[in-house]
Amino acid sequence: MTDSSASMPVPSSSAAAGPARSGAGASRFRGAGNYLALIPFHAYVGLFLVLPTLFVVVGAFSDGSGQFTLDNFRTMFTTPTFVDSFIKSLQLAVITALLGAIFGGLLAWAVVRGDPQGLLRQLVIAASGVLAQFGGVMLAFAFLATFGFNGLVTVIMKNNFGIQLDMSWLYSMTGLAIVYAYFQIPLMVIVFLPSLDGLRQEWYDASASLGGGAWSFWRHVGGPILAPSFLGALLLLFTNAFSAYATAQALISQGCVLITQQIACQMQSEVVLGQENVGKALALGMIVIVSGVMAVYALIQRRASRWVK
Amino acid sequence: MTSTSPSPAATGHGVAVVFQEMHRWYGSVHALNGLSIDIAPGELIALLGPSGCGKTTALRALGGLDVVDQGSILVDGKDMTHVPANKRNMGIVFQAYSLFPNMTARDNVAYGLRLRGVDGATRKRKAEETLDLVGLGQQASRYPHQMSGGQQQRVALARALAIEPKVLLLDEPLSALDAKVRRQLREEIRRIQIMVGITTLFVTHDQEEALAMGDRVGVMSSGRLEQIAAPAELYDRPRTKFVAEFVGLTNRIPGKADADGVLVAGTRVQLLPGSADRGPVQALVRPENVHFAPDERGTGRVLAVSFLGSMCRAQAALPDDTVVVAQMSAADASGLVPGATVNVTVVPAPVFAVAD
Amino acid sequence: MTTSQGQFGAAAPEGGALISRPRGAGKRRKAPLSQRLTRIVILVVVLGYLVLPLVAMLEFSTRGNVDPITKQATRSLQSYAAILSYPNLVDGIVTSLQIAVLTVFGMLILLVPTMVWTVVRVPRMRRVVEFLCLLPLAIPAIVIVVGIAPIYRFMGQHLGAVGGSALTLAFIDIILVLPYSYRAIDSSLRSIDTATLADAARSLGAGWPRTIFQVIVPNIRGGILSASVLAIALVLGEFTISSLLSFNTVQVVIFLLGKRDPFVSVAVSLAALAFAFILLFVISRFAPGADRRGQQTAEEPA
Repeated sequence: MTDSSASMPVPSSSAAAGPARSGAGASRFRGAGNYLALIPFHAYVGLFLVLPTLFVVVGAFSDGSGQFTLDNFRTMFTTPTFVDSFIKSLQLAVITALLGAIFGGLLAWAVVRGDPQGLLRQLVIAASGVLAQFGGVMLAFAFLATFGFNGLVTVIMKNNFGIQLDMSWLYSMTGLAIVYAYFQIPLMVIVFLPSLDGLRQEWYDASASLGGGAWSFWRHVGGPILAPSFLGALLLLFTNAFSAYATAQALISQGCVLITQQIACQMQSEVVLGQENVGKALALGMIVIVSGVMAVYALIQRRASRWVK
Repeated sequence: MTSTSPSPAATGHGVAVVFQEMHRWYGSVHALNGLSIDIAPGELIALLGPSGCGKTTALRALGGLDVVDQGSILVDGKDMTHVPANKRNMGIVFQAYSLFPNMTARDNVAYGLRLRGVDGATRKRKAEETLDLVGLGQQASRYPHQMSGGQQQRVALARALAIEPKVLLLDEPLSALDAKVRRQLREEIRRIQIMVGITTLFVTHDQEEALAMGDRVGVMSSGRLEQIAAPAELYDRPRTKFVAEFVGLTNRIPGKADADGVLVAGTRVQLLPGSADRGPVQALVRPENVHFAPDERGTGRVLAVSFLGSMCRAQAALPDDTVVVAQMSAADASGLVPGATVNVTVVPAPVFAVAD
Repeated sequence: MTTSQGQFGAAAPEGGALISRPRGAGKRRKAPLSQRLTRIVILVVVLGYLVLPLVAMLEFSTRGNVDPITKQATRSLQSYAAILSYPNLVDGIVTSLQIAVLTVFGMLILLVPTMVWTVVRVPRMRRVVEFLCLLPLAIPAIVIVVGIAPIYRFMGQHLGAVGGSALTLAFIDIILVLPYSYRAIDSSLRSIDTATLADAARSLGAGWPRTIFQVIVPNIRGGILSASVLAIALVLGEFTISSLLSFNTVQVVIFLLGKRDPFVSVAVSLAALAFAFILLFVISRFAPGADRRGQQTAEEPA
């Protein structure tokens, strides 16, 4: 028997994933007991993450015998190689973040416009997940296999076109940037794809019905909505490149060019008297930069989620 | 609740819309199966049906958001079948979430005008006027996430109307809202639609909405149009089994059909065209046409009585265990209590019958 | 008043459509040509860039010996077979796999109960846990190594063979994988109404362990699987910490081997990559909810 829906009250549609539950009414003791279960996690993270970080921070301000000093920082700012490393790392990070954001963003868009259940999308996402974690060592070998002395492209160019490619650029900053792009682009796809998915079809349809073509949509609706997440992803790519070590190490194993390599060199080399903890100062410098960027990232995330609930 | 025919000639905005033999397949699913409808200028047609019946497909085809595999769409006499969506000049209101979240209500409404090159000051004025029309003049500077669902849909309506479209399309605009807001908003939408005089297609799965709003209501099922008629005619004289069962409440009471009609619950009743007309049938009788008269020697036994404010519904069991529902005013329900014996009769209004 | 026009004055004809479906019908609305072209160009250029080194690796690692008579290069899998002839390499692979397993288990045991607990019992701490899980993104691996080296020295000196083995790397790897695994599991937890499920289980008499393991965990299988695969990929690709703490994980061994035998290095790299990729792909294809998108609104008939 069919029924008219008139008399039944309909619950309002709320998209919340789950209503908040508090220990309402629980006695104080039981409330405290709930927190006990979280201790193992916090203890673990405290021991293996917070403690080492504290070591670094404290060590940066200490000299060889444990006394408080600012000498480490003085050394850091006045030694040209250290300053140079910071600058090189920052430049590399900015450039590869932009490269990754632009090309990764375009790839993510191209994937999103296709079949959501399709093979292309699943392949690209799986591949991106793996390549983003692709160790620097394997990456270096991949590019050597391509552009190295015996690499595929080099050999093809020599045998078929008679061109002898000079591959020393691979070991320069330019080469490093191109190799970095190889893990930046997949990372961008992973981070940015969900935001692209969040662009509702209704917005596009509404824009079209009101007379807008693709350009109008992107300029007035899609672009502004995606801008915060794009910026956030850019920042994430920046910190990823800035913190990278393995790739540079595999390609430029002699020397301490990037700041990450400098820190490793400081760790492993003979300690110069009075400079035992310079490495920690460099490390603290990295923490400051990366944390600062991540803080901005967190702020942007919060702002972006305000619109797209 | 709705007036009968609007007079579109007075406002002159309406255009005629024609669907001609529209077909659309999704893979192997025949989503639109020969759909043909003539919409008069200024008319509001409500398309009603269960999910999957094709009503939204029809609306999206009209709006240009989806293609038609066969058939054509005429608007004001012109063939629009292959015109892209952004050139059709139609206003569309979606079910939810269609407002641009990065723009205020005013900017949302002004968007279509902006695309048409209207200058800033005029845009602002028109947008605010349209927002006044939907009762949201005070909210012009708010963002969608700061508004309730009902307010958002009003803005969506304003946005669709601001471009002075030829046709207004509403795709289940009230389905995501609370019941009370729904009722309120549907009356306002109807009022505005009549005032502006715009030809409108309104898609819904809620029959109360469809019957209340439409000049005519088209019932769809599996891609086909079952019947399109004024609400009263649809309700009193359904032409197919689907319409008879889908629209309004129905009782299925066993009866015997022959050349003179059907004998059901002791009453001889006329059969509507399209019914099964021989032998044992089930007559589809509306609850308001079923009568329970308290009688000690009655054959029916009351099972339950529900008080619904202005009226009551009571369930009773017939001797053959069929359960029938009757609807009556609260005054007429006195004497009806669970367990009471009643005489079950049927008002002699024509009914639709299906084979047993 | 208009009379009812249109079809079906009589009862609707039963049976299927009398119209035969034309060819080409039933496809999604085609995107404009410019969009399709742009899409193809992007896919070719970017995917081409990403695929080229992989192809090169495949070509490089399948080179056989040059036939002395015909001077033709041959194809052979000898580089892959040669992996087994380097005991260091095999050891490295085994070690890394062991660390991966430990990392996955450690991560799950640490994260899943904690995260579920914050959802159902202590929502206030959700922010804190989230912050701590994302903190590793703000502290580069190289920095963690500098700070944790003393702890590892201590473990190596005072906790015997276990304390000095590479397996202790799992401790740090768990930290490194926290941001990615947290996101994967969190996304699963948000997609089901965890609090209500827990309430329902508890009201039916289940204790907390049962609720977590028998009710909630089966429903976040997708997130757990994702998190685990990400952990495996991370461990297999980890170099920085292993090399600076002087442990011979697979990446370190490949690095050291690279100078002597580039062919085998490339072969094992490609093998590791392929392994992780197939794992991730299979999981995402068969695990429900691992990739949240998949519900398209536009094209369905209604």
